[in-house]
Amino acid sequence: MAESTLIVSPAPHIRSGVTTPALMRDVVISLIPACAAGVYFFGARALVSLAAAIVGTVGAEYILERITGRPVTIGDWSAVVTGVLLAMVLPPHVPWWILVLSGFFTIGVVKLLFGGLGFNVFNPALAGRAFAVAAWSALANSGYIWPAGAEAAHWVQGFDAVSTATPLTLLKMGEIGGIPMTRFYAPLFFGNVAGSLGETSALALLVGAAYLLWREHISLRIPLTYIGTVAVITSLYGHDPLFHILSGGLILGAFFMATDYVTSPMNPKGQTIFAIGCGVLTALIRIFGGYPEGVCYSILIMNAAVPLIDRFARPKRFGEVKARGQNA
Amino acid sequence: MPRGAFRGGIHPPENKSLTSGLPIVPAQQPSKVYVLLHTTSCPLNPLVAKGDQVLKGQKLADTDQKFGVPVHSPVSGKVAGISTVRTANGHDDTAIIVESDGNDTLHESCVPVKNPLSLSRDEIIAAIREAGIVGMGGAEFPTHIKLAVPPSAKVDTLLLNGAECEPYLTADHRLMLERPQDVVAGAQILMRALDVRKCVIAIEDNKPDAVQALTKEAASVPEIEVMAVRTKYPQGAEKQLIKSTLGREVPPRCLPFHVGVVVNNVGTAVAVADKFYRGLPLVERVVTITGSAAAKPANLLAKIGTTAAELVEQCGGVKGELGKVIFGGPMMGQAVFSLDVPTSKGTSGILLMTAEEARQREVLPCIRCGRCVDACPMRLEPAILHQWAEQQFWAEADAYHACDCIECGVCAFECPSKRPLVQAIRHAKFEIGRLRKAAKERGAK
Ligand code: SF4
Ligand code: SF4
Repeated sequence: MAESTLIVSPAPHIRSGVTTPALMRDVVISLIPACAAGVYFFGARALVSLAAAIVGTVGAEYILERITGRPVTIGDWSAVVTGVLLAMVLPPHVPWWILVLSGFFTIGVVKLLFGGLGFNVFNPALAGRAFAVAAWSALANSGYIWPAGAEAAHWVQGFDAVSTATPLTLLKMGEIGGIPMTRFYAPLFFGNVAGSLGETSALALLVGAAYLLWREHISLRIPLTYIGTVAVITSLYGHDPLFHILSGGLILGAFFMATDYVTSPMNPKGQTIFAIGCGVLTALIRIFGGYPEGVCYSILIMNAAVPLIDRFARPKRFGEVKARGQNA
Repeated sequence: MPRGAFRGGIHPPENKSLTSGLPIVPAQQPSKVYVLLHTTSCPLNPLVAKGDQVLKGQKLADTDQKFGVPVHSPVSGKVAGISTVRTANGHDDTAIIVESDGNDTLHESCVPVKNPLSLSRDEIIAAIREAGIVGMGGAEFPTHIKLAVPPSAKVDTLLLNGAECEPYLTADHRLMLERPQDVVAGAQILMRALDVRKCVIAIEDNKPDAVQALTKEAASVPEIEVMAVRTKYPQGAEKQLIKSTLGREVPPRCLPFHVGVVVNNVGTAVAVADKFYRGLPLVERVVTITGSAAAKPANLLAKIGTTAAELVEQCGGVKGELGKVIFGGPMMGQAVFSLDVPTSKGTSGILLMTAEEARQREVLPCIRCGRCVDACPMRLEPAILHQWAEQQFWAEADAYHACDCIECGVCAFECPSKRPLVQAIRHAKFEIGRLRKAAKERGAK
């Protein structure tokens, strides 16, 4: 018996089958329906965007790690996740080179400069979007298009000035409003509206989210708290909450961005605080802010608060407080 | 929280079907046994010398120290020597080596106790110590110490732990199934020793046959309640089991008796019954030989001190390429460097893993997924404790309650990045202990 080869290592001697690369790959899989919806509504351009963003993020990770002599980590799939999400949060009509550059920026500065996977403070895809919008600001209000045959004019009679306005922009401009806005629910739910590449179809996003829930990679705590908070605040201010839930990037943000492990709190209490913060900020920006949409900045702001939240919202350890007699 | 549950925990693959249907069979007579002279932290003084003839059940070594318990010869035969052996935890220890004569002749001291239930508490506890009984679940904590709770503690319940939540192991399962009368008899003696009128026998609900057998056996003893608890690791951890069965949470840095409970393993109850009704000190136990690399898995009644090699050999040896040998279960057991290591009183199983199963997984950075936090039954933050340990910030690790960790392995099992969390936390606990001791010494001066 070849006993000298026995492995002696500390317990536990068995590990769960879930690995970080497999988990990241599952996130990519969960994004496929929403990407497919993007291609369906906005045409093959969407594919170019997705490809360009992935080339930017994965390429940046590979090249920068090679240059700095660090182990190349593209095999963990996290750069692919960032690339796909980056394309999804930008308008469908963005020049491909902007996607490549933003991908490069976010991997280089937001991720690797902070220490690589697990150490970045900000959600890389959203930070990449913020970078793109700041650097090429025209993007913020152009680049959006309506799917063929579903132009804004169909929504708003006599409205033809801005063909690139998203539903939230229309709301901000006062072109649509009032309660209820039931006639908008169906197009918003299926995605037949203007918006960023991956955000328009609530249905496709929810299918992907269901996959992540089924695989137990995410829980409903952050998404539901986030969306619920937005619903409560918008209805307090006389808006139609369902319109707010279905439009813009809320569902994409709540299920796929705010749940990003690295940039959200680690324990349940902290996650709830984080999600409420995201919800409050999103609702306030949408109602009172200068921008029609607030998901991206809300999550980025709350990302910055995570170290603080993690420090103060701590789980109550086993046996704490409860002394004998109090627990019968 | 529903009865029978605690927060956190995991469901690792059970793999118990390898042996759960196999009756306990007596192991072959070992050629020799290694009787370790430690059991707990106290070294023992040998009472025999090389060349002496000894009988089964004869006391071989003892100590005056409070925590120590004596050891007895599992076989009859000749003392071949007293020398150093490598034990399961990798340390060197002294052992009395007894060569078996194959007859198992019983020593005269091994006589049943008459009317054990009429003995006083102290007499029972003394007899349990004299029989060398320790916790059979793996920790080997001396049972007489557990039973001698301070009078101020107001213990009202004896909790018998039949959860057997470690994957693969079925030693306790088979004991409960095949010897329920001894579990109940042992429980009654332990209740007498604690002077309590209530006993709960907790069994995970993946062993309905054991629940049934014990419920039937205990039907005539109204003080004993058999309770099925949810199958979830680490259900068998003392604090978690108390929470599941009685709804009480043992506060940090406290022992079960602080909430009025004393926990003993079902195997320990059987050892107690053996002592009082058969006169046998603790010299044998059930060991589950199992794992994908075990040719013929089995539940063996083995003499304590038999080497793993002898036990594995009579189970058909090794199948395939052997990668790892574990004493105990896969979650908390000890990987040993060689099959020549002898079993001890707490060895509940020998798990043989194939080279493929034992393969080391690639360690990736923490992605802050929170799985370890969600699953930790002590509700700690293992990922953060690991960070503190990596940076050697021991005071911070202490402030994040590293010392509450029960080393159940749940966090490391769950981690998708396969980080060595338990190892790091154990290191932190060690350093914190050193710092505390140093602080105390400074304070004393
Ligand atoms: S930190 Fe300790 S108690 Fe918590 S899961 Fe890890 S090993 Fe178990
Ligand atoms: S389970 Fe592993 S990767 Fe996840 S938070 Fe804990 S240590 Fe980090």
